[in-house]
Amino acid sequence: MKNLFNPFVHDSVRVSGDMITLKSRKSVSVCCMTIMMVILYMLSPVSRAEVEYKEAIPVAENPEIEKRMLALTEDLRCLVCQNESIADSRADFSNDIRRIIREQIKANKTDKEIIEFLVDRYGDFVLYNPPMKTTTVLLWFGPLIFFIFSAWFLVKYLKGRRLEIKEVTLSEAELQKAAVLLDTNQAMVTGNQRRENDNSNNQDNSSTQEQHPMDDASARENKGNNV
Amino acid sequence: MRYLLPLFAFLVLAVFLFVGLSLNPRQVPSPLIDKPAPEFELYSLHESDKIFSSKENLGKVWLLNVWASWCVACRDEHPLLVQLANSGLVPIYGLNYKDENTTAKQWLKHFGDPYIASVVDPDGAVGIDYGVYGVPETYVIDKQGIIRHKQIGPVTVDSLQNKIIPLIVELQKQT
Repeated sequence: MKNLFNPFVHDSVRVSGDMITLKSRKSVSVCCMTIMMVILYMLSPVSRAEVEYKEAIPVAENPEIEKRMLALTEDLRCLVCQNESIADSRADFSNDIRRIIREQIKANKTDKEIIEFLVDRYGDFVLYNPPMKTTTVLLWFGPLIFFIFSAWFLVKYLKGRRLEIKEVTLSEAELQKAAVLLDTNQAMVTGNQRRENDNSNNQDNSSTQEQHPMDDASARENKGNNV
Repeated sequence: MRYLLPLFAFLVLAVFLFVGLSLNPRQVPSPLIDKPAPEFELYSLHESDKIFSSKENLGKVWLLNVWASWCVACRDEHPLLVQLANSGLVPIYGLNYKDENTTAKQWLKHFGDPYIASVVDPDGAVGIDYGVYGVPETYVIDKQGIIRHKQIGPVTVDSLQNKIIPLIVELQKQT
C-alpha cells in the first residue's frame, strides 16, 4: 500500500526541485517546509486508513475461468436489457447466465458447447453475432445488396447528368445572332456612359444623379449595373 | 419516373419502419417451441416432502405457468388463471421461480391458487432450461410432452381467447 503513495511523494519533490531554479533560497526553504507539511498532512490520514481497509477480494475465485466467462458473455445478449451484453449487464438474468457459464467451464465444457447450451434455450437472439442461416441471409447480405444497388444508382445518375450536357455546334445564323446580341449589349453600355457624361434627363438613372452630384464611386456602380 | 423512384424508395422505407415499430422486441421467438419440454423433478410448494416430476403429466395437455410473489405482472394475469382453472378446461401447474416459500404461500392464499401443484425452483435452474427470462411466462405442453406455445409476459383475455384456449382444445383432440 505504501508503495502506491511513493510516486506521489516523488512528484511533489520534483515539483519543489523545479522551484529551486525559479525562486530565491529563502523562499525555497519556506516552500520546502510547506510542501513537506502538506505531504505529511496528506499521508497521515491515508496511513491511518490503511489499517482499516483490507486488500480487495478478488472478483472470482479463479481468474482464468472469469476471463473465459467474460470473453464468452461479451458476445451474448442479455434478454432482459436487450441492448446490453451479459458481461455488462447487472440484471438478475445475466447473473444467472454468468453463474451457469462459470459452472460449465468448471465442468470442462468447451466454449462451443456452452454457446449451444444457451442457444438451445434462448435461441439465436441471445447471440450478438448471428449465425449464417436461411433466415439471416438478408441480415448478412442486406447491406451488401443495398450498397451494390446504391452504387449502381449513383453511377447511373452521374452518367445521366453527363449525357444531359451536349456539345452544341452553332450554325452561321445563330453565331450572327449572338454577335448582334453582344453588340447591342456593348452599344447599350457605351450609350449609358455617354448619357452619364452628358448628364441628360434620361429616366433610367437620372433621379438620383440630379439630386446628388455624381462622385466617382456611384458612377462606377451604375456602370456595373448596366453591364 | 423522376418522381416515382423516390416515392417508391420512400414507401419501401415506410413499410420497413412501420413493421419495425410494431414489432415487440420482448417477444423473442423461443427455440423450444415444438421441442420436448425439459424434464424436471422439483419439490412441491405445499407439500415440501413431495417431488413432482414433469413426466407425470405425459398423456395430458397442461399449462406450466412461471410465477413469483415478487412479480408484479403476475398479479395482472392471476385472476384469469384462476378463472381458467375453475373452468376445468386444462390443468395448470405453477413453477414458483426464485421465490421464498412462505411469501409464495401467502401470495397464493391472498390471490387464489389456480394450480394443481406449484413446484419450487429456488435458484431458477429449471427456469433456465425452459428459457425463462422474464416472469410471468406460460407454456402450453401437449400430450407427448412437447411445448406448443410460449406466452411471454402475462396472459391476457385476448391471448387466452384467440390463441391459448383454441390451441388447448385442438391439442386435446389429438391422441
